[in-house]
Amino acid sequence: MEIKYYIGLAVALFCIGIIGVLTRRNAIIIFMCIEVMLNAVNLLLVAFSKMHAVEAIGKSNPSVVSDAQVFVFFIMVVAAAEVAVGLAIIVMMYRNVHSVDVNFLNRLKN
Amino acid sequence: MNNVLQIVWLIPFLPLLGFLINGLGRKQLSKTLAGVIGSGVILGSFIISLWVFFNVKSGNTHVAHYFNFIDVASLKIGFDFQIDQLSSIFLLIITGVGFLIHVYSTAYMHDEEGKDFAKYFAYLNLFVFSMLLLVMGANYVIMFIGWEGVGLCSYLLIGFWFKNTNYNNAAKKAFVMNRIGDLGFLLAIFWLITKLGTADYHTAFANISKLSTTDIVGITLLLFVGATGKSAQIPLYTWLPDAMAGPTPVSALIHAATMVTAGIYMIARSNIFYSADAAEITRTIISIIGLATALLAASIALKQNDIKKVLAYSTVSQLGFMFLALGCGNYTAAVFHVMTHAFFKALLFLGSGSVIHAMGGEQDITKMGGLKKYMRITQFTFLMGCLAIAGCPPFSGFFSKDAILLSAFEHNKVLWILAVFAAMMTTYYMFRLYFLTFNGKFRGTHDQEHHLHESPLTMTVPLMILALLAVIGGFVGVPHLLGGHNEIATFLQPVIPIHESANPVSSGTEYGLMIGTTVAMFIAGLFAYLQNRNFVAKENTGLGKVLENKWYVDELYEAIIVKPIESLASFFNNVMEKKGIDGFVNGVGKAVNYGSRQVRLLQSGHVGSYVLLMVIGILILFIVQLFLK
Repeated sequence: MEIKYYIGLAVALFCIGIIGVLTRRNAIIIFMCIEVMLNAVNLLLVAFSKMHAVEAIGKSNPSVVSDAQVFVFFIMVVAAAEVAVGLAIIVMMYRNVHSVDVNFLNRLKN
Repeated sequence: MNNVLQIVWLIPFLPLLGFLINGLGRKQLSKTLAGVIGSGVILGSFIISLWVFFNVKSGNTHVAHYFNFIDVASLKIGFDFQIDQLSSIFLLIITGVGFLIHVYSTAYMHDEEGKDFAKYFAYLNLFVFSMLLLVMGANYVIMFIGWEGVGLCSYLLIGFWFKNTNYNNAAKKAFVMNRIGDLGFLLAIFWLITKLGTADYHTAFANISKLSTTDIVGITLLLFVGATGKSAQIPLYTWLPDAMAGPTPVSALIHAATMVTAGIYMIARSNIFYSADAAEITRTIISIIGLATALLAASIALKQNDIKKVLAYSTVSQLGFMFLALGCGNYTAAVFHVMTHAFFKALLFLGSGSVIHAMGGEQDITKMGGLKKYMRITQFTFLMGCLAIAGCPPFSGFFSKDAILLSAFEHNKVLWILAVFAAMMTTYYMFRLYFLTFNGKFRGTHDQEHHLHESPLTMTVPLMILALLAVIGGFVGVPHLLGGHNEIATFLQPVIPIHESANPVSSGTEYGLMIGTTVAMFIAGLFAYLQNRNFVAKENTGLGKVLENKWYVDELYEAIIVKPIESLASFFNNVMEKKGIDGFVNGVGKAVNYGSRQVRLLQSGHVGSYVLLMVIGILILFIVQLFLK
């Protein structure tokens, strides 16, 4: 399939993720949207890796074939670590204010 | 004899020292000490000037170079003193008459407080310093330094009693009108430097052939504009009568004997320029303006009732005579008249000061009269002064005025007739002043009458010395016709070539002129006696009223020049300054204020909006990176 469809899907997912982060009030939903953004990026990376692989084999340059796909693994690892830390923060927050509503966190205002 | 040239720098330096001592120590010095220092330094300068004079008389002229005042590229203007015949005469006049006036001031100003007394002498010394710099300079730039200095001191001294606003206004008027003339002087200096690369007298006069006709006419006219400001000619003369607000010795020194003669000195010094054929038109202008000023001022003096105002207008008128002489090409006669005028005008002013002192401050001659029997010395010396200014032989004024009238006759008969008319008016108003002050019955109050007394010795001795000079001072310029050798003309010859008239008159005509003018003076004097013997104060009408109001010239200037400038200034102040510039500057402040208030709203403390801003920032960076680079 042409690369533009993959790009379009990834961009759409990324935008959905951003809008979700900006507009949702529930902290856990915000985390989910962050995951959506990360996965959109992963998708894009894999798609490009496949695209370049087709050309690279043609020019007999095998080292670049799966670079991006390996990078995707790194992203997934980082995402997992980040989720662990983030959920820990949310738990602490819940223990203090008994709510996961981010609008409650306007303490910077004063 | 020659070593005097090593110390010529002391001549201006001593008064400068006096200024510094009296000025800085004015709160500590006692009045006697301040007076002694102030007068003593002038005496020192006078003695050195005398020595210099005798040196110069035996032929030793000299240019003393001290240091390079301006040293830029090819323009070198040195701080040089020129010691020659012309400057040595002026040195004697300035220091000699100056010394007498300083001594007189110690008595006249003794009612002042200690620090004001010392301040007065400091200013007077500064004035003498500047005036000496003016006449001793060897180039136009040093002359200009002195020129400005005397203008400044004139302002300081006229406004000496600064608590009175009218006096301050008079001082400002004097200074501003001087400055208008100074602009002409400066332009002339610039023009000269542009064309010849030097402002030195010696070099400039030697290179006169390099100047084109327009150059010469332009430079001479601009120098004359400077002279009109300083020496009170039309149209810049109205400051001098108002300058009578200052103390009387100041009027004597500055506005009679020295500062106002600076213009004549300048033109006499530049006589090489003014004698050039190309400067014909400038000479005509000078003689016409001089004559017009002489007539105008004399006519106003006929109807003035303030003793000092009469003398002030008399000064303006006599200066007009001097400029008439300059315009007719007889620079020596003008310098001679400067000398004799210094003697008799200073005498008249100091005498009037003595009268004012005796009258307890009254200056209106309609309230005086019959002072003869209370103030013998003042009356006698004043009479000597009046006879001198009227041109009665053999007083000094006769010889100098006659020389002027003769050169006017040789130049243009119409000029001569008008000049004689002005001289007759001079005689009339001076004797009117004399008779109204000293003869007849006393018209003042009883208190004033009890207070009348002769002035102390420190005031009468200078009067007597000046009277002696006014009587015999003319004998240095006795013309050949009357058997004299005209020593002053021969003395000045190296600087001012002897005036050879284009159409000399026969000796018979010269005798006739002399006798004719003397008779005319007697008639005018007699007329003055008859009219003013029994004075009755009455309102002036018609022409008299116009004369009393000074031909309304001040009002004319007020309407034509002062009011438009004031309205222009208030326009600039209200519209441009307050609304424009202030509005702009304040507006910037207001804009910053408004902007910062709006930007502050970004800091809401709401974390969600911070994230939004972060996203927007990233987007903008992407756009810039991808599309705008």
